[in-house]
Amino acid sequence: MDATTTLSAADRTLVSVDRVRKVYPKGSGEDVLVLDDVCLTLGRNEIVSFLGRSGCGKTTLLRILAGLMPATGGEVRIAGRSVVGPSPEVAMVFQSFALFPWLTVLQNVEIGLEAQGVGPAERHRRALAAIDLIGLDGYESAYPKELSGGMRQRVGIARAVVVQPTVLLMDEAFSALDVLTAETLRTDLLDLWIEGRLPISAIAVVTHNIEEAVLLSDRVLVFSSNPGRVAAEIKIDLPHPRNRLDPAFRALVESLYATMTARPDGKASQGHFFGTGIAMLLPRVSPNMIAGLMEAVAAAPHDGHAGLPELAGDLHMEVDDLFPVAEVLQLLRFAELGDGDIRLTEPGRQFVGFEPDARKKLFAQHLLNYVPLAAHVRRVLDERPTHRAPASRFRDELEDHMSASFAEQTMRTATSWGRFGEVFAYDEVSGVFSLDNPG
Amino acid sequence: MLVSRPDRGRRTTTPLGVGGTGFWPNLYDAAIFLLVVGVFVLVAHGFREMNAPATQLATAPVTLDVARLPEYALRTTLRMFAAIVASLVFTFVIATLAARSRKAELVILPALDILQSVPVLGFLTFTVTFFLQLFPGSVMGAECAAIFAIFTAQAWNMAFSFYQSLRTVPRDLDEVARHYRFSPWLRFWRLDVPFAAPGLIWNTMMSMSGGWFFVVASEAITVGNTTVMLPGIGSWLALAIEARDIDAVLLAIAMMAAVILAYDQLIFRPIVAWADKFRFEQTAADSQPHSWVYDFWRRSRLRPHLVRAVGWGADRIALLPTPLTRPPARPKFGAPSRTGERIWIAVLALLAGYALWQIAMYARTTLGFADLRIAVFDGLLTLTRVLVLIALASLVWVPIGVWIGLRPRLATTLQPVAQFLAAFPANVVFPVAVVAIVSLRLDPNIWLSPLMILGTQWYILFNVIAGASAIPTDLRDVSALFRLRSWAWWRKVAVPSILPYYVTGALTAAGGSWNASIVAEVVSWGDTHLRAEGLGAYIAEATTAGDYPRVVLGIVVMAAMVTTCNRILWRPLYRLAENRYRLE
Repeated sequence: MDATTTLSAADRTLVSVDRVRKVYPKGSGEDVLVLDDVCLTLGRNEIVSFLGRSGCGKTTLLRILAGLMPATGGEVRIAGRSVVGPSPEVAMVFQSFALFPWLTVLQNVEIGLEAQGVGPAERHRRALAAIDLIGLDGYESAYPKELSGGMRQRVGIARAVVVQPTVLLMDEAFSALDVLTAETLRTDLLDLWIEGRLPISAIAVVTHNIEEAVLLSDRVLVFSSNPGRVAAEIKIDLPHPRNRLDPAFRALVESLYATMTARPDGKASQGHFFGTGIAMLLPRVSPNMIAGLMEAVAAAPHDGHAGLPELAGDLHMEVDDLFPVAEVLQLLRFAELGDGDIRLTEPGRQFVGFEPDARKKLFAQHLLNYVPLAAHVRRVLDERPTHRAPASRFRDELEDHMSASFAEQTMRTATSWGRFGEVFAYDEVSGVFSLDNPG
Repeated sequence: MLVSRPDRGRRTTTPLGVGGTGFWPNLYDAAIFLLVVGVFVLVAHGFREMNAPATQLATAPVTLDVARLPEYALRTTLRMFAAIVASLVFTFVIATLAARSRKAELVILPALDILQSVPVLGFLTFTVTFFLQLFPGSVMGAECAAIFAIFTAQAWNMAFSFYQSLRTVPRDLDEVARHYRFSPWLRFWRLDVPFAAPGLIWNTMMSMSGGWFFVVASEAITVGNTTVMLPGIGSWLALAIEARDIDAVLLAIAMMAAVILAYDQLIFRPIVAWADKFRFEQTAADSQPHSWVYDFWRRSRLRPHLVRAVGWGADRIALLPTPLTRPPARPKFGAPSRTGERIWIAVLALLAGYALWQIAMYARTTLGFADLRIAVFDGLLTLTRVLVLIALASLVWVPIGVWIGLRPRLATTLQPVAQFLAAFPANVVFPVAVVAIVSLRLDPNIWLSPLMILGTQWYILFNVIAGASAIPTDLRDVSALFRLRSWAWWRKVAVPSILPYYVTGALTAAGGSWNASIVAEVVSWGDTHLRAEGLGAYIAEATTAGDYPRVVLGIVVMAAMVTTCNRILWRPLYRLAENRYRLE
């Protein structure tokens, strides 16, 4: 744990990721570049967080480390050996716990050993030891559905620890838990780690929660999106246990916020959206959330200008919930983002003051001006004598540029925004866009 | 009941130091033991009889002797279970192949889809001759033919269900299996089978229900000049019909009811109660299925020992050094080669072309266009019957089903009854209908038709009951608040809520009715023969005459009609129900 150990850099390196690229091939159109030229290392006795927005490829990187997915280019080495598939060197803790509901806690913990061909008696002994360590004793014969979320994730951790991996990978392991449970589990894990009771040499944590990253790790790697790259590396030397209210802690959180909202390249006026033109990937953000955030920023303490960390705290939202909405505001020119702050533009202020009908008109105007896909749908509808067009036509166009599920999501978002602004109507059953607005 | 507290056994301390559970058997052990030994004895007897030389069928023909009825029932039941075991093995192998190999999938899926619509009884014609030649001089040949007929009624939907489960294994569990390098064997038993269990068990039960119908129909087989009568309820029934013995028919009905009740209580309910733990839900359900046999088993003191023994055996198998039980080697990433797939498709196309050529040559020498016209015309007649009957049955059972489904206590009582009726082989009661038609001088073209739906209408009923019970309370509260009156309530609440369930039920009922037409359109009572014009009668008569080309033609026409019906009627309806009216 001590950063001042005298081992040389080469000895300390446990995992090395060297110029890793990941491309998702697609049937048509250009391939999607998810990870580009990622280089990083994990040292012995180190907890490193991969921090980034959803879609920045950090989970993909974790799966490449776990050998669940091949890299398109570059190399991953763990303890000197190249990773070509799942290996006993790594164990992963899943966001969704991924427990077998038909197996008891004990059987779930044993499963990794069973796969390794460890005999029943030995398996039993080691599983019980891991269960004791993680604080699950008494629950051995319970089924996962009888446990609370926190207890289930403890089973997930015990299952990973029992195979005595060199590296423990945690994929958003705490994000499906409520705030209090997550905190307890993090603290327990950290205690075990600091006391040296985990048979593990390094932990890689994937998270979108800034405070979690600062709380747990010795180093934070900030990932930028589209394509995923390591945008910044921040060492955290705060002593454990760390206090969230400590000014040094707050300062780190603020600076990470700023890093994550920074625009690394010049063409950032559209925020962090994938793609350009009609092929822009729209996030799942409803008109209600858009209006809600504008109202929150315009409201009393902020008066149209708010820091994102405070705003997130006020609204009880996490980075992953808040950022997409803020970026949509930026896309629609209702707000500007920068340095971890959000500032309403003049139209944004007007919007907040308007009645519902005027809001819709203003929204429609901005939608047509700044969201190419919405403008495209409207134009096609205007041009056709019937003023009708099937959604599949646009979806096919999108699928030339993005995966089917992203195309679906983008269409849904565009449809919901278009309906709100009464720019066009959509009939779910027939899947047809039209200009007739019922009622 | 002597002991009703489940954990009483666990509290007693034992001086022997063998742990919390004593080794000395308790009452439950005795009961379970007797049951198991009894089953073994019966199965052994049944199988010995199955292997008897064929001459035994001649020397000890099926007789209407009441004392022998239980044995006949046993033989029928054994055939049933042999078929279900075969179906399970088929399902595990074929569905796994289809899910794992893209090339296999290309062949297996369409094949299953077509086989599902081929009338089961049509198979008999060919299989009887085949199996009789396979086991010359032994009853086994005829037994196999009957078992195969039941198998063809059961296997397809089970395989489909298992395949679908394999394809929808949750991504995270799949990743766990790959991440911890499960061997194929471990993955199959720890992930695939448990995940598929609820769907597979439900489909197996449905298959069993459907199977009784065919076991009865396939025991007394006449193909051309070969007539086989296997000892069983079906043969008993055939004999009773020939002898115009209504008492024997009623006895068969009673026996059948007893058998179905027994297998439901002794086998399916325990399995359903046990399989409850495989439901893929992370929350505990409020109601769990119960079974007294399963409760017996759970309280049995032998259970932990047996479970441990089975676990020990499973461990030994899992540790064997075979390719199936070793962790997989380096995973193969990347998309499968397109070229390989194209070659495969080309090979299939060639084979299909050759088959088409063969069929055309065969058909040209034996069949004319007139035959096709007759078959299609008969097919349309049967189609009309099926559709009209489904409509009539829906008119009757949908309101009743909704009425029952909205009353939870009534629904829990009547739901098993409806399922029991669906399992009951309707052909057992056909003779009663024939007597009625003859004595009332009714037109068989109309009055034989209801027989087709006699056994299958219950699928509509119990699905509608399930749908109506699933209407959420808040929807019902809202409609009560707004005082939605009858017609509006039906249109806005009831019909949309039950539609997916209704379509499932009606689809099953329609499929079953097509199959039933082969035995329902030609019915006899002694030497009185009633006949309704239709494709079922066409196939049945061609079978009796041993006229293979016309049997094939009839089967093909029927399969084509069923498939078309599914595609243009049921599938769109189902999709509409799923997309528009799904309650989320």
